[in-house]
Amino acid sequence: MSTTAENSQRRGKAPAGERVADWADGRLGIYGLAKANMRKIFPDHWSFMLGEICLYSFIILILTGVYLTLFFHPSMAEVVYDGPYAPLQGQRMSDAFASTMHISFEVRGGLLVRQIHHWAALIFVAAMLVHMMRVFFTGAFRKPREVNWLFGFLLLVLGMFTGFTGYSLPDDLLSGTGVRFMDGAVLSMPVVGTYLSFFMFGGEFPGTDFVPRFYSVHILLLPGIMAGLLVAHLILVFYHKHTQFPGAGKTEKNVVGMPLLPVYMAKAGGFFFLVFGVIAAVASIASINPIWAMGPYRPDQVSTGAQPDWYMGFSEGLIRVMPGWEINAWGHTLALGVFIPLMIFPLVLVAIAIYPFVESWVTGDKREHHLLDRPRNHPVRTGFGAAWLSWYGILLVGGGNDLWATHFHLSLNQITWVVRIGFFVLPVLVFIATKRICLGLQRRDRDKVLHGRETGLIKRLPHGEFIEVHEQLSQEALHTLTAHDQPKPLEAGPEVDENGVERKIGPITKLRTKLSHGFYGEASQIPKPTPEEHAEITSGHGHH
Amino acid sequence: MSQDMSESEENLPSEPSHAHGGDVPAVRGENAFADPGLPPHEHRRQDIDERAAKSSERTIAFLFLLSMLSTIGFIACFVVFPVDKIIYVFPFGHVSALNFSLGLTLGLALFCIGAGAVHWARTLMSDEEHAAERHPISAEPEVKAQVLADFAQGAKESGFGRRKLIRNTMFGALALVPLSGVVLLRDLGPLPGDKLRHTLWSKGKVLINQNTNKPLRPEDVPVGSLTFAMPEGLEENQERFQKEIAKAALMIIRLEPNDIKDKRERDWAHEGIVAFSKICTHVGCPISLYEQQTHHVLCPCHQSTFDLSDGARVIFGPAGHALPQLRISVNEEGNLIALGDFTEPVGPSFWERG
Amino acid sequence: MKKLSARRRHPLAALVVLLLALAATGGLYAAFAPAQKAQADDTAQSLAIEEGKKLYAVGCSSCHGTSGQGSKNDGPSLVGVGAAAVDFQVGTGRMPAQQPGSQIPKKKNIYTQAQIDQLAAYIASLGPGPSVPTKEQYSPDGADAARGGELFRTNCAQCHNFTGKGGALTNGKYAPSLEDVDPKHTYEAMQSGPQSMPSFPDTTMPEDAKADIIAYLDAVNGEKTPSPGGLELGGIGPVSEGLFAWVFGLGAMIAVAIWVAARTTKAKKS
Repeated sequence: MSTTAENSQRRGKAPAGERVADWADGRLGIYGLAKANMRKIFPDHWSFMLGEICLYSFIILILTGVYLTLFFHPSMAEVVYDGPYAPLQGQRMSDAFASTMHISFEVRGGLLVRQIHHWAALIFVAAMLVHMMRVFFTGAFRKPREVNWLFGFLLLVLGMFTGFTGYSLPDDLLSGTGVRFMDGAVLSMPVVGTYLSFFMFGGEFPGTDFVPRFYSVHILLLPGIMAGLLVAHLILVFYHKHTQFPGAGKTEKNVVGMPLLPVYMAKAGGFFFLVFGVIAAVASIASINPIWAMGPYRPDQVSTGAQPDWYMGFSEGLIRVMPGWEINAWGHTLALGVFIPLMIFPLVLVAIAIYPFVESWVTGDKREHHLLDRPRNHPVRTGFGAAWLSWYGILLVGGGNDLWATHFHLSLNQITWVVRIGFFVLPVLVFIATKRICLGLQRRDRDKVLHGRETGLIKRLPHGEFIEVHEQLSQEALHTLTAHDQPKPLEAGPEVDENGVERKIGPITKLRTKLSHGFYGEASQIPKPTPEEHAEITSGHGHH
Repeated sequence: MSQDMSESEENLPSEPSHAHGGDVPAVRGENAFADPGLPPHEHRRQDIDERAAKSSERTIAFLFLLSMLSTIGFIACFVVFPVDKIIYVFPFGHVSALNFSLGLTLGLALFCIGAGAVHWARTLMSDEEHAAERHPISAEPEVKAQVLADFAQGAKESGFGRRKLIRNTMFGALALVPLSGVVLLRDLGPLPGDKLRHTLWSKGKVLINQNTNKPLRPEDVPVGSLTFAMPEGLEENQERFQKEIAKAALMIIRLEPNDIKDKRERDWAHEGIVAFSKICTHVGCPISLYEQQTHHVLCPCHQSTFDLSDGARVIFGPAGHALPQLRISVNEEGNLIALGDFTEPVGPSFWERG
Repeated sequence: MKKLSARRRHPLAALVVLLLALAATGGLYAAFAPAQKAQADDTAQSLAIEEGKKLYAVGCSSCHGTSGQGSKNDGPSLVGVGAAAVDFQVGTGRMPAQQPGSQIPKKKNIYTQAQIDQLAAYIASLGPGPSVPTKEQYSPDGADAARGGELFRTNCAQCHNFTGKGGALTNGKYAPSLEDVDPKHTYEAMQSGPQSMPSFPDTTMPEDAKADIIAYLDAVNGEKTPSPGGLELGGIGPVSEGLFAWVFGLGAMIAVAIWVAARTTKAKKS
């Protein structure tokens, strides 16, 4: 980049684009910014684009959301429907419902935008979860990215609640049932429950306030916070530079990939249109939340199969499988059947959110990490992640127990019991199984490094023996398969110090040492092959 | 871009570098096989064959063109299709012509822009990989020392540590001021009072059949039937309707008096006709999946199951207590009436319920 | 979607034709037979009862007792259930049941409408009960679908779902889907309350209310019910929507992401 002074001297007048840039630089200092970022390197991997799906669905949600606000009436005033949808004509409903009907049946393209908005919301949260799992299983949350992990986690939680407040707005029979559930959950809170419920609904449920209140939360408060977090999240991604998978030429000290301008500008920019295109196509072929089929909300009506959108499904599972415990004493009622699930609900999420901090405490690892782990090389972490997913998954099953029952010809009650037991047992089993699979894969890697790849070719040796030809791995592959750490577990230190005095080892240190052995002990790592072992084997019988 | 390929076939261990300070004994990459470095850049066909590059160029231009056509198609569909036109499209069914055509044309227009851009990046833009240096995030010790010194000086100049009175009163003021915000939220709603304890039912109120809006008579209700009732005086067009029906909704069934296992239930029934709250005691869904053979009623939301022949006690699911029963009788006109309000709060449990 | 599922059921198409034929025959019978034989009503009626009794003895008596009194474990008493119940249970193939139980599924009907009418006549003779509705009673023509919708959401949706897609009951029982159910059978089910379903007799749900409900079902769960937004995804709410979003929405995007991030094919080194 040559300076402007030189340019103008050479050609008299700089091109218009450059003059605009000069103007901006004089006020905003854009050249300094561009120098650091224009040719910034991004590594290529499909899983690194999951976060982009989230970002783009968020932008699509904002765009379509703004459009919807132009037509939606966040009001619970009662109106009598006289629109074109015959099976509701003459029915009483809130203005919120009627205006959603208007968007769906009378505004040209309104139904499409509504459907894009709702599909994008489902995909947004799904993509956030998958993105988070990618970060989790590859260990990308480690220093220096713990703060960004938390930002991402908060975005997931806020995304869930933005979704909930959003799908409650049309005031239809399904979402109203969900709001009714939320009221019941709030009521179960000891001491403050009834007050919170009355403040939330402006009196008794359902009242006439919750739609306008949810509206400002849904379109202003939560997306505002999310936009802020999102910007911070992206700034940190830029600042930290992206992680990369180990491989030839890739180290902790570099980042290998292609520059932002032009390749990533085109790929990431193009990906936005691809994501938008896919969502628009989905919205054109598949119906979502057909409120006209559900009808307006009335607290004395309900439909079977009342479920929340998928991201709230695990909380629905919690509430469905909980036994109906209730304590009545001293003139008070504690509805544990509702309150315990309400408390476990955040715990399920927090369990995965705090894992990075637990791991770094247990392992004592204070170094920066920019090379990603292959999940198999961290059996405990991978096992924990898989166990968490199975936990989440079985709760989702519980949340749809009635549909499982009807679609697989099972008994509702049996499914509920399976989930009750599975809630405790399944994560343990999955943890054990995953850890074992990881260790098996580590052994396979070790074999591959030492003995090469099985080619499937059978060769007969001169003395009659049949052998399978093994092909040596390339140096690149050898490096990739052995580039990971195999940390040693923490030791609590000797029981006695150098003076022969007994050292006091606190219980916390003991626990930490024990956990560290669980992470990095012999039962969790297959010693990776060394070049010496390799040399020995290849020189020994290295003729095939 | 590091082009220095170490082509050696020797599997030399990489340079061992030891952990600096810290309790982790192992180092990244210890015992790793030697890193051969970035592989040399290989050319794509488009890089060496101008014809292939031209072909890519044409593909990309075609995609952008297709996008333009789709946008024109979108506008055309918007103008052409009436908003209420339904067409049959296999396999999607009878769908709105407008929604279907607008979504597909918009989707195609967007997708083609993206596909064109990505194809451009993949085939024509340089695909040479570069390695950029990472820089440590933590500051150098001198910088840190400078920052700490600056902070200490600033703190000292403010007198923050020395003048404790200022500090403490400021903390006090800052701690109190958000209270105004909390107080402002007070009028979000009225206090609960005993509102959750009472419903519209009271002594003598006639049970109105919700299907007919007429009083319900005992002879209307045979064994095995299910009827929903609301209190007289409540109308759908009233503003209070939603709030009141949320508590007063009633489920009416008739049992053979001998089938009623619970004594109180039998006493509160009228000739075997029992009236239970329709609002689930779990979180308040309108519970009404009545199985007339077993007399079980299931909640469609969370599957709490109640036995209506046994005081509506909970036999499965997360509900904590039985459905409240309304005591009923008949008045002189022969209509079913309530003999009072529910004796306990209906709907979900709450702290003050007792 | 509807047409697709119809095609999927192709092997059973013959059954549908058969049922339609039976319904048509029954309809014709209902339209003409009574008028023709009005003068000989008594004899015709007693003849039908006689025939019905024979059919009953063969197909029903093993569970419901030799004279419809029922047996403790196998089948309920049929005294007073009326012709409507017989027409529903036998007409939808639920009866005779393959084995007793709390949920007898719908299956192929093995009786002609004439035989069903004879059976119904016999059962009706055991004790008074609701009779088979006439076409005017169950026809959706002229009924108020919107009011039917409100009634449906109050009385029916809790088991059968917003638009009658069916739902789960306790211990493996279920409320069946109301798709493709003959309006007459819908009417009879409301009147007689088959199996787990409670009844909605004329005293609490008058004839016109039942017709309104049938009109609503016809509008929202009929052969040609539009689903403006596209695929209905079963019409069972957010669970199938979530599944679709994961599999086809996110799935498609990940496929696209793999393409975006994949290495472009290199020219062969020669």
